[in-house]
Order: sequence, then structure tokens, then C-alpha cells
Amino acid sequence: MQRQDPAERVAAMLRIRRFEEQCIRLANEKRFPGHFHVYIGQEATAVTACEQLRAEDFIFSTWRNHGHLLARGAAPDRMMAEILGKSGGYARGKSGTLHIAVKGLGVPATSALVGGALPLATGAGLACKRRGAGISVVFFGDAALEEGAFYEAMILAQVWQVPTLFICENNSIPPEQRKRGQFTSSTLPAARLMDVPQSLQVKAEAVDGGDLEALSECFARLVAEVRGGGGPRFVEVRCTRWTGSFPLWPELPSGDWQLDWAFGGKPERADLATWIEQSDPLALYLKKIAAAKSLERSKVTAIDQRVKAEIAQAVRFALESPYPAAREAYENVWAGAKQ
Amino acid sequence: MKITFAQGVAMALSEALASDPNVLMIGSGFMGLSPSARDLLNPVLRDYPERIFVTPISELGLAGAAIGAAACGQRPVVDLGTGSFILEAFAQVANEAANIHYMTGGQTSVPATFYSLAGIRGAGAAQHSGRMQAMLGQVPGLQVLAPGAADDAYGLLKWALLESQNPSVFLSHSLLFDETSEIVAGAAMLPVGKARIRREGTDLSIIASSIMVARALAAADTLEREHGVSAEVVDLRTIVPLDRETIVKSVAKTGRVVIADECPLSFGVAAEVAATLAERALSHLKAPVLRLAVPDVPIPYSPPLEAELIVTAEKIAAGALRVLGR
Repeated sequence: MQRQDPAERVAAMLRIRRFEEQCIRLANEKRFPGHFHVYIGQEATAVTACEQLRAEDFIFSTWRNHGHLLARGAAPDRMMAEILGKSGGYARGKSGTLHIAVKGLGVPATSALVGGALPLATGAGLACKRRGAGISVVFFGDAALEEGAFYEAMILAQVWQVPTLFICENNSIPPEQRKRGQFTSSTLPAARLMDVPQSLQVKAEAVDGGDLEALSECFARLVAEVRGGGGPRFVEVRCTRWTGSFPLWPELPSGDWQLDWAFGGKPERADLATWIEQSDPLALYLKKIAAAKSLERSKVTAIDQRVKAEIAQAVRFALESPYPAAREAYENVWAGAKQ
Repeated sequence: MKITFAQGVAMALSEALASDPNVLMIGSGFMGLSPSARDLLNPVLRDYPERIFVTPISELGLAGAAIGAAACGQRPVVDLGTGSFILEAFAQVANEAANIHYMTGGQTSVPATFYSLAGIRGAGAAQHSGRMQAMLGQVPGLQVLAPGAADDAYGLLKWALLESQNPSVFLSHSLLFDETSEIVAGAAMLPVGKARIRREGTDLSIIASSIMVARALAAADTLEREHGVSAEVVDLRTIVPLDRETIVKSVAKTGRVVIADECPLSFGVAAEVAATLAERALSHLKAPVLRLAVPDVPIPYSPPLEAELIVTAEKIAAGALRVLGR
């Protein structure tokens, strides 16, 4: 399949990483006002999950949505404009970073409430089941399991047997825990997250978020099962939190990620070096394809240059895009009459 | 043909299911604890089993599923049971449904209907007597429908299910189930956001919604019969959108007003109507506005305690006489 070409996958992951780096830079320059979250370190999850999806499928996401939207095909320039609150954004500045949605790409609503999108995804699954086409996929963090909405969404999905894939990106795991083989959430008492949906008879499994090929195999299988009418599925993607996402506001611990770090080089910060060596899905994938000689380093460099130029253009577009007119604050409260 | 309020609800559900394959029912209670009203839904349950989804007790999940389905092309109506239970679903109703159209810059619409048996129904005590219309009215993007007549229940629910592009809370009321009115088969659907003058009058206006309309009409009868007072009764029909024009116009004509409301007094629907009159009709007022609403206490169980708090037709008539200086 063309979309599973290593060059495509590297480009898709780099597009997310370079986008998020620029997002952090723009925040540091005070180009946008609100709090934000980045997807660095989880790129392989969104990229491999979205590879399995069709135009008729629906995706729901959270405040950490940039990676999901980009993997689904959203335009970096319109996303960056939205993050900056500009009129060039997908919602003309009404959503900001936390709630980016693109209905035309099957992302009808994004919720920044913990667990908020899970019942929506069950309902979207119900819509898919009724029309006999498509599935719904929802990405969420491990903290969603601490909300009642998680259980209600899961119970309804199982009772109604809707085609919904629940993807829990457990990024609460610090590297030292991962090393010891511990994969609990930061605060949930359950020993294994998948025990929770399994207690409701929802089939569940776990996969390593640092291993693109394992993710790819997992999503190909689960999406086929869900699409085939097998009912909902839950998967815990075990990611290790990126060093730059530990502080209250995301930061770049050793500047932009360097391609060289995937080929023997090391960043100054020791904790970042450990993360890249053990947990970075991008670096681990690059090492693997280099070893397999399926993509030359010079080609990776060229892809990175192309992606950087694309993101630089997105930043320019966003900075140059005007703010919406004040009167637009009053628009879109109500949908117009039925067409 | 003459129908009851409960028949109006059942007819609206049945006709909406018949005319649009995207309409679906999440839950099938709708008629609360009344066995005879529940029987009205039997034909719907028989005719559309594949469009009716059985539900665990899960208000938040059900509301969220309705929102998600609505965002993906369906037109669901979800039975949220007793009025107080909408609080269990509030995170989804207020923070998801109401915000999605705005947050997406108009990309996504959420034509979901949340059906709620609101009101002080008798012996419901503090946790089963919810009247949340004022709280719901504080959520921009949410339509709040509170009919006080059988034909309006039919018309508003059918409109919400078939025509509305926005999320709606439909406030039903079990004490209205036996109220009757005439409907014309095939009549055009209501203009939503338009109040209705249920009784014309010249001496004062009584502004009401939902169950308070029936009591306001009874009070107006008493006032005419026993005191020769001509009271106009304005039925708001929808709390959001609120028809401020009709309210102001009626009070401009009569110069005196009693606002009867089943919400707690403070920050309630009556307060919003009073504020509208203060801003737009002060020069027409010959006497201060009177709000007759439920005192700011939880609803107690014991019948005499509950009765103490309810805004009755007698209290409305007595209030009207006070406003008239009698």
C-alpha cells in the first residue's frame, strides 16, 4: 500500500513533530494566548491509526489533537492559524488549539473535557451502524479512565455493539517506569488499563507506542474487526512521555529534534537522550528502516527539509492571517435553518 | 381533533419517526410513571423497534451518544427521564452539545433533542422535582422548549425532531399530560421562539410557561368571574429563544404584570422576564412587577410542605389583585 511506504510514514511523523516544535516556539514568542499541548512522542499512533481509516469514518480527539488532525490530512497552515486565533483557521479563531475540528475530514467535534469525546464517539458509532457504513475512532489519554464518561461510553458501545475503536494513549509513563516494565497510569488504581474495559466485556489489548510496526499491525487488525461488525474495541497505546511535555508549559529541552539523534548522535540533555534511545517512535522507526536499508538517510534528510519548509509556510500563513472581526463573536451561536 | 398533551408527545414522536429515517429514539420512557400515558407509546414501540435503542441508566452517556450521533447526521431524541436527571447529563448537554456549532466555526450542527419530564410533579421531593429551564437558559446555543398546551407540545416536539438544526431541551410536564387542545391535522409547524397569547385581556398580563400556563388560565377565569378583572395570559412556549417582543407588547397594553414561574425565584425565568420589562417597558408600568415563583428552597416530600411552595392558581389570582391595588 502506498500509504504504508516508509517515506510516507516518516514524512507524516515529521510533519507532526516539526509542527509542534513551531507551536512551542510561537508560544514562547507570545504569538498566541492560551495553554496548549503537543503530540511529540506519540506520532506513530496517529499516523498508523489514520492509515486504516476511510473518508466515511469519524475521528474524535482531545486538547492534544494536533497530531490526530494532521495525520487525518488537515492543512498545517489552517491549523496553525486556528491556534493563533486567526481568521484563516478552521473555525476562524473560535476553537483555538484545544478544540480543532474539521468536519470535511470526518472530525466533527473535538472536546477538551477529559473523557468528553468518548460518549460522542459511541454516538457516532451508532450513526455509522444505522447508515451501514464507516466506523468511529476516539483518541484519549489515560486520565479519561478516571471519568464517569468513560464507563458510560464503554457500556453503551458494548450494549449497542457499535463500530467504535477506543484508542487510549497512555502517555503518563515516565521513562524510568517504562524501564521497569510498569505501565500503569499516573493515578488510576487499576493495575492494567485494559482490565477496566475487559470487565465490561469490551475486547481490549495493549501495544507499544514506540513501535510503529507493532502499532500498524494492531490497528490494521482492530479496525478490520470493528469494521466487520465485531463491536467496539479498546487499545492502550503505551507511550513514554516526551521530556518536553513534563513541564506545565511544553518546552523544547534541547532545541528542535535533530535527525542525527536517530543515527548515533545525542542531545545535550541526558533524560532526552534516554527517551530518544528507548521510546521515540520516530527515531526508533528511522533506526529500523536504516538497518533494513529501506530508506536512505539522504532521502530522510530531503523529506525533513521539505516538511520544515511546509511548516515554515504554515507559520507564515498563520502570522499573516488577520484576526477575525469583533462582530464574528456573535456568529455561529445558532445553526441556520435546515437546507 | 382534540388531543391531550401526552397524545401530542406520542404523535410527534410517531410522525417524526415516520417522516425522517434519521430520527431515532434513545430510551423509550418519555411518559414517566403514568401507565395510561405510557400505553400511548405502544404503537411507536411496535412500529419502530430498529429505531429505538434500549438504554442502561446512563444519562451522561445517553446525552453524549445523542450528540455524537447528531453530529454525524442522525436526529436523535433522548429520554432523560425526570427533570432533575438532566443534571447527570449536564456536562454533555451544556459543555458539548451547546458549544459544538460555535467551537467549530459553524462546521458541525447538533440537532439532538433532550426530552425531560420537568417540574414539581407531586411527592418527587428534592431530587425528582427539577425545573432546570433557568439554568439551561444560561447556556448559549441551547434551545429550551417549555410548552404549556397539547397542540404546542405536539408542534414543538415535532419541529425539534424534524426541523431544528440546534440542540433542544424539550421540557415536558407530567401534570400537563391530561390538558387538551384542538389541533388541525397537517397544520404548519410552529414558528419557534414566538410566544402565544392564550387569553386576551386589558387589566393585567400574566406571563407563564409550561405548567404555569394552565394555572394562569385558571386564575384568569377566577379573576374575571369573581372580580371583573380582565387578565391577559402570555404563554412563552419557548424559554430560549425568548419572545421579548410579545412580552413587552402585552405589558405595554395592560400596564400591570404578574410573572408566574415554577423555577426557584432567584435568577429564574421570571427574573429574566422582569429584567426585560425593566429595560424596555418601565414607562408602561403602572405598578411594580410581581414575580410569583417557587421560594428558594429544595422541594420537600411531605404534601403540606410541598403545597406551601407551589405557585397555584389561587396564589396567581391573589397576586394579580395585589398588583391591581385591590
